[in-house]
Amino acid sequence: MSLDHILTPRAYLTVFFMLLVLTAVTVYVAFIDFGAWSTPVAMAIAIIKATLVLLYFMHLRYSDGLTWLVIVSSFIMLVALVLITLGDVFTRTMTTAPPALGM
Amino acid sequence: MSDTLNGQSRLAHHFVDLQQQKSAATLGMWLFLATEVLFFGGLFVAYTLYKLKYYEAFVAGSHELSITLGCVNTAILITSSLTMALGVYGAQTGRKAFACNSLLATLALAGAFLVVKYFEWSAKFEHHLVPGPDFQFDVTHAAAVVANPELLRIEHVKMFFILYYIMTGLHGIHVVAGIGVIAWLYTQARKGVYSAEYYTPVELVGLYWHFVDIVWIFLFPLLYLLGRH
Amino acid sequence: MTTDSAEPKYPEHTYLNDGYSLKSWLLTKDHKRIGILYLISITFFFALGGLFALLIRLELLTPQGDLMQSDTYNKMFTMHGIVMIFFFLVPSIPAVFGNFLVPIMIGARDLAFPRLNLASWYMYMAGAVFALYAIVSGGVDTGWTFYTPYSTAHADSHVISTAVGILIMGFSSIFTGLNFIVTIHRMRAPGMTWFRLPLFIWAHYATSLIMILGTPVLGITIALVGVERALGLGIFDPANGGDPLLFQHLFWFYSHPAVYIMILPAMGVISEVITCFARKVIFGYGFIATSSMLIAILGFFVWGHHMYVSSQSEYAGLIFSALSFLVAIPSAIKVFNWTATLYKGSITFEAPMLYVFGFIGVFTIGGLTGLFLAALGMDRHVHDTYFVVAHFHYIMVGGALMAYLAAMHFWWPKMTGKRYPEGLAMVGAIAVFVGFNMTFFPQFILGYLGMPRHYHEYVPEFQFLHIMSTAGASVLGVGYLIPGVCFLWSLIHGRNAGPNPWEAKGLEWTIPSPPPTHNFEEIPVVTEEPYQYTSEASSVRHS
Repeated sequence: MSLDHILTPRAYLTVFFMLLVLTAVTVYVAFIDFGAWSTPVAMAIAIIKATLVLLYFMHLRYSDGLTWLVIVSSFIMLVALVLITLGDVFTRTMTTAPPALGM
Repeated sequence: MSDTLNGQSRLAHHFVDLQQQKSAATLGMWLFLATEVLFFGGLFVAYTLYKLKYYEAFVAGSHELSITLGCVNTAILITSSLTMALGVYGAQTGRKAFACNSLLATLALAGAFLVVKYFEWSAKFEHHLVPGPDFQFDVTHAAAVVANPELLRIEHVKMFFILYYIMTGLHGIHVVAGIGVIAWLYTQARKGVYSAEYYTPVELVGLYWHFVDIVWIFLFPLLYLLGRH
Repeated sequence: MTTDSAEPKYPEHTYLNDGYSLKSWLLTKDHKRIGILYLISITFFFALGGLFALLIRLELLTPQGDLMQSDTYNKMFTMHGIVMIFFFLVPSIPAVFGNFLVPIMIGARDLAFPRLNLASWYMYMAGAVFALYAIVSGGVDTGWTFYTPYSTAHADSHVISTAVGILIMGFSSIFTGLNFIVTIHRMRAPGMTWFRLPLFIWAHYATSLIMILGTPVLGITIALVGVERALGLGIFDPANGGDPLLFQHLFWFYSHPAVYIMILPAMGVISEVITCFARKVIFGYGFIATSSMLIAILGFFVWGHHMYVSSQSEYAGLIFSALSFLVAIPSAIKVFNWTATLYKGSITFEAPMLYVFGFIGVFTIGGLTGLFLAALGMDRHVHDTYFVVAHFHYIMVGGALMAYLAAMHFWWPKMTGKRYPEGLAMVGAIAVFVGFNMTFFPQFILGYLGMPRHYHEYVPEFQFLHIMSTAGASVLGVGYLIPGVCFLWSLIHGRNAGPNPWEAKGLEWTIPSPPPTHNFEEIPVVTEEPYQYTSEASSVRHS
């Protein structure tokens, strides 16, 4: 509950420059062929950027465990929703033929 | 909330102390952001599904978007996040003029984001890249940028643009709402409502604004940077 | 239960006489008054949904479509479902009793965000206005599930206004859940530790989690249906490569857990009432509390059992089936613990307790038939038949609604300070139980025999069972009127209740009935475990 932790403008500026650099990096790597890994790489950079915003701009680093729980569980639910839905869609055609009716 | 600077009078009757009141308000805001994650989440599910199914079309659609404008807008939003954080810092440390100026800068940057968005959208409208009966897309031209042109379907490009408009549109609505609350915050800050003892609203609006930034951080690579190599 | 003949005094200052103007109600921030506002609004919607049910049952008296055409019938069952689910069952216990009791039970003066609470009622009413507009201007015929592409491309009824109504109503639900979670975390009285919380609070905490995590997905999904219809942005449209099953996934991600939004608070009510009228400490407090949380969490991962025959993948079906069986375990834990609470208790049979007995029996049947439906093979046989209709009415009407009535009777003296006539109320409880089973048990048989749902005509062989069902519905309808009569009567002629007419435990019974505006003069300090009932009668009996 130590929301009263005050970061200095210098800390905010550092995070800000890191975010700008990471934006440049994500654009740069978009022009490199990673094959199937392009999107995961882009997402990894986006997650790092989002984490920086969460930890410092939003002071999550100095918040109590409950706040972490709230935000982490919302992301877990989102990932579960995505994975289960995709799990259905991409196994739909992998069906076994029904056994012939013995007549 | 009363306008007096005496901290006690800001205590609503049902809280024991200001600390409890503040921790309740902050938890409430984080819970609200959790609902926002899942509200946008539905769209991210749709995006992930269709992108995996229609990768070629999504690459082709992505090439129609301007990386330059996307980058500019990303930089604008990140900067506005910085100014918002500085606004919170100003309120926390009782620097009224600094807080007000930071909020004003945030408002200006949010406005600039919307202006860039307006130009982007109107350029798309001019090129008939709007899902609907008038939708036009040059498949043969786009075939040059995708790996497997034979898999490219114009209706799937349409789906990319449907997602593009809905996702950036919903994000834009959040930006507009943010401008509204930050403007309100600014007028309150001008009146000297916030101080080192009491700045919860600034902190909470800040959380919201950073969340809007985070959404864009994900939207930018997903929409603008597909298959650029 | 009270034997003294002196009538308790009616308190001088209560939340009810703290201002009589319309404004004092419509702009109130008092959680108790907002609870009453919700009570009035959802009672209206219950009556409206009941009216649609009545028309449906009348139509089904005969095998021919003589009362209405198939189009009208489609609208009837759609509006029955939408009104009952979104505007009655989802808000029912949380918005009325949760609002009224959550702060009092944990020793707080109000919910954490009183203005947000009032806003949630206004959102509910705004959503209701859109839904009512859709109803009076011709209705909706998509079924309450809004399946695409019918709802987006083909339905020629008021889908958009209904969708807007449900979207807005969803925000009201989110606000309520958010308020409860923050209140329970941040505003417990000193000494009110997590494992001293009443089980009603645990149930509402679990419910709020679902409201927070599930409702936004319904919101965006229903908004996308509206956008597809209004702007032609066909995200589910197969013509653009869209996947209609994506709609079903997103819809059931909320709408299956929504069943637990309806039943978890009901389970909370049962836990409170059963321990009071058995005059025993609740058996297995920890199990009941954690099972609420387990239901909330597991309940999120079973949604695909609504989609077994939708061309969903076999593998997804297998996993959803296994998870659906798993979620039955925490529900069963609750039933066992309630039953064990009764063991060697000094049970009395007041109206709330009669509803509880009704609930346990009916819920068990509803839950076990749920297992039939969770099984892949069985579901193929009874999917979209009256078996499903009977199953979920056993949970929602037999379960959630009976618990709602139990809560109404149990806390009515607290809310109004008046006693209702016990004898008549008991008659009402029995009528509801008999009427309910007569209405819906035949539907299990009908469904098993192959009567599909959503049809206004059927083969004559089914008529006997349909007549029985309609006859039962009439008994049920009368049964619902009786509590209404009791409550209205009590407002005029009822004896004063006094702070604790049931000699129950819990903070809400330590303050006057009706409570004063700020609940507690001083924030209480909690020093004992919950449900410390001592069963004097039974200790005499067994010594």
